[in-house]
Amino acid sequence: MPHYELTAHALHEKLKARDITAVELTESVYSRVAAVEPHVKGYLTLTRERALQQASAADAGFQKGDEMPSLAGIPIAIKDVICTKGVRTTCASKILSNFVPPYDATVMEKLHQQGIVMLGKTNMDEFAMGSSTENSAYQVTHNPWALETIPGGSSGGSAAVVAADAAVCSLGSDTGGSIRQPAALCGVVGMKPTYGRVSRYGLIAFASSLDQIGPFSKDVTDCALLLNAICGRDAMDSTSVDVPVPDFTKSLINDVKGLKIGVPKEYFAQGLEAEVSDTVHAAIAVLESLGASVEEISLPHTEYAIATYYIIAPAEASANLARYDGVRYGYRTENPSDLLTMYKKTRSEGFGQEVKRRIMLGTFALSAGYQDAYYKKAQKARTLIKSDFDAAFQEVDVIATPTSPTPAFKIGERTADPLQMYLSDVMTTPASHAGLPGISIPCGFVKRGLPVGLQLLAAPFAEERLLRVAYTFEQNTEHHRQKPNLRVEL
Amino acid sequence: MQKYETVIGLEIHAELCTESKLFCHCAYTFGAAANDCTCPICLGMPGTLPVINKNAVAFAVRAGLAMDCDITSYSKFDRKNYFYPDLPKNYQISQYDLPLCQNGQVTFDFNGERRTVALRRIHLEEDTGKSVHAEVTGDATRSFMDFNRAGVPLLEIVSEPEIHSPEEAIAYCRAVKEILEYIGVSDCNMEEGSLRCEPNLSLRPMGSQQLGTRTEIKNKNSFQELLDAMQYEVQRQARILDEGGEVIQETLLFDASTGKTAAMRGKEEADDYRYFPEPDLVHVQINADWLTEIQPTLPELPAARRERFIADYSISAENAEFLTATRHLADFFDEAVQCGSEPTACANWIMGDVSRLLNAAEMDIQDAKVTPAHLSELIQLINDATISGKIAKSVLDDAFETGKMPKDIVKEKGLSQITDTSEIEAIVLQVVEAHPGPAQDYRDGKKKAIGFLVGQVMRATRGKANPQLVNQILTRVLSEE
Ligand SMILES: [Zn+2]
Repeated sequence: MPHYELTAHALHEKLKARDITAVELTESVYSRVAAVEPHVKGYLTLTRERALQQASAADAGFQKGDEMPSLAGIPIAIKDVICTKGVRTTCASKILSNFVPPYDATVMEKLHQQGIVMLGKTNMDEFAMGSSTENSAYQVTHNPWALETIPGGSSGGSAAVVAADAAVCSLGSDTGGSIRQPAALCGVVGMKPTYGRVSRYGLIAFASSLDQIGPFSKDVTDCALLLNAICGRDAMDSTSVDVPVPDFTKSLINDVKGLKIGVPKEYFAQGLEAEVSDTVHAAIAVLESLGASVEEISLPHTEYAIATYYIIAPAEASANLARYDGVRYGYRTENPSDLLTMYKKTRSEGFGQEVKRRIMLGTFALSAGYQDAYYKKAQKARTLIKSDFDAAFQEVDVIATPTSPTPAFKIGERTADPLQMYLSDVMTTPASHAGLPGISIPCGFVKRGLPVGLQLLAAPFAEERLLRVAYTFEQNTEHHRQKPNLRVEL
Repeated sequence: MQKYETVIGLEIHAELCTESKLFCHCAYTFGAAANDCTCPICLGMPGTLPVINKNAVAFAVRAGLAMDCDITSYSKFDRKNYFYPDLPKNYQISQYDLPLCQNGQVTFDFNGERRTVALRRIHLEEDTGKSVHAEVTGDATRSFMDFNRAGVPLLEIVSEPEIHSPEEAIAYCRAVKEILEYIGVSDCNMEEGSLRCEPNLSLRPMGSQQLGTRTEIKNKNSFQELLDAMQYEVQRQARILDEGGEVIQETLLFDASTGKTAAMRGKEEADDYRYFPEPDLVHVQINADWLTEIQPTLPELPAARRERFIADYSISAENAEFLTATRHLADFFDEAVQCGSEPTACANWIMGDVSRLLNAAEMDIQDAKVTPAHLSELIQLINDATISGKIAKSVLDDAFETGKMPKDIVKEKGLSQITDTSEIEAIVLQVVEAHPGPAQDYRDGKKKAIGFLVGQVMRATRGKANPQLVNQILTRVLSEE
């Protein structure tokens, strides 16, 4: 098996045993990148020179026989919404085409403390607004399982490069499903931690009350390792929560006996592709066969989640994106005649269509005379959705649902119809509203060969429970070992 | 009888003198090179987040307590959205519906009457940067931005519209300024922009209860300009109403050079700020324990201090007003009295020569080398007749210059009064002999002539002779001959 195909925990053993150096590993992954990138197009920026320096530094540590962190020397890709000191960070937007942050996001500082190797920055929907990564100002990323399909979004690049073995693992961000949905569509593991679990400092904001950074990986063990590295209260983010961070690898226990799994009936309603439904039901049956009890539950306000999301997220975004005005950094229109023209042209030229659509939606939802009917009403709906979950977790330990109503769809299929595109998030937005942790794991395939994801949700800060269920499923199935058959010339 | 009643409410913005800004660790220094006091957070760079400076909240709470406000136990910050280049994020983090302080009041004396103006609210928000245009740079093709002030904590103090003349508004503003200075939360320097008073002003027919259409006035750098602006605006609105016109609700800029207000251009007056709760910050919870911690750290406020000066030190109301103009001045007076000096003498020295020296040096009392101990010692030297009042003035000048103690100055320069009668008598005899004319005049009944002779004796002793003794001895010598 080539090195680039391995998981971080397997590679850590090899690095420790000096079977391989981090530099060799990094070169191996970059060779894979060179082979698959022309087809997948998951990266916006590659930082090869820097990566090799980081790899050498890790090697020096291994050479000395130091006790090295689990992620030392592991090549990792970073979604281009996370600020990386000295490395261009664009949010896949023209408006930040020349933006090089003079600071690292807190998660980057934490990863660098681990001694990781950063491969580059991955493609995404502009400002994380989208469900297919087609809203990038730079390129369309292709799903390694079927190049004519989308990888999901908004963290489509981060999901696709892991699926294509062009990164060992990666970081993405999830606002309404932007980690879980692409993880499902690309057949990898993706987790959105509890809101407040991971510092948002340096994560370029889309919707501040929903955004959360999380990992993509090839298996659940790597997911736990990445969580260990990035979680924790940060004094730079007042919304990060001061709860103890456990060693998440301790929850990798192959046992779900006695665990109560709730299956919400609202998630198996219209719009769900039959094959996806069957695959997810089969996966739940696996867990049941392993000793979990399964019961149908109801989350009655689920149907309001999408509408609520598409008011709250754009409302916050309309303010968060106001700073891109050409005054201080980023793109500025050429020779504006006056201030107002500079604002208008900079923003008209710098933002893509979907971003503009959401800024307008959000601005409208917050406007005097409409705020009560939209923004405030959405906040009330959000509270109701959250209380649905609170009630459910009185009864069950974990909720299991499909991650996405369909597998990957064709590139261009939904771009003309924003509403259709928004429905891609129907399974993921409810947990976002409630700030819950959620994981998507590969749970099978539809007949046309596309992966299906199982979404597991738990109460706030119960990531350990999710990892345990996900790990048990993984230990008893083979889906996560499947690799896309990328017809590439090596 | 007046035709219209003036109705004024005030929004006062005061920059808090916390060590760091409201949401980052930057320290702000007035006059620093452009953008030297900035970091990614106060520049609103992508991905950065604000974190509330607890000290700024404490300062706001101090102000709230000093102005009799209810302190909100559960408060929050909101985003106020508008585009302007001096606003890095194009929204200002402010407070909308849950301000830190509500329902306060400010009491002050105006025209010999005690006035109380109710406060609607006091809230905390971040200051903006400033644009630097061609007037400063000489470059008309572009503008520059200085974000040093961006993110500095600002207190916004909003009064009810219940002030009825420009002069009363000034008295109110002075009272607020005094309180903020006293409790040490702001240096309230209008020229440096750390205190900005923005009146909203309307007129209504005398006796009417309904408020007229108001205008807001911005851009004033001193109380004089503020007064001029309001007086101009009262006349302007009266003229419009007299002519049967309607006042337009708008924001006006006052131009000190023309003495007129004009509708503001450039900065778009957005009507809809689309306020919503700041999702990057958590709620502010103020528990009672914290309040009981802060309360005793509040100093005696100016009004209370004035009353004490009048009652305990028998200082006139007018002098008490002068002495409490700043906390430092009042502290100086208080300390000098506590050093054992007679209050009236202290007051006279502070209001007279000390102020003269301060004004000449363009200095505030807290920066002077002369301390209450100096003043107290000086007064003591006069009381025990070591020096005359006149010599004392020169000793004070010297102490102001050098910081030396009065006793040391007197000793070094040999300024002690001559109280030895024989020594004085010898000089008197010399003077009488040297000036037979005036001596004769005195003897002939022109008693005023003695003044000249006293002057000559003082001159001969370089002012050190005890004037009373000189008088006595001269009188005796002249009548003996
Ligand atoms: Zn700063």
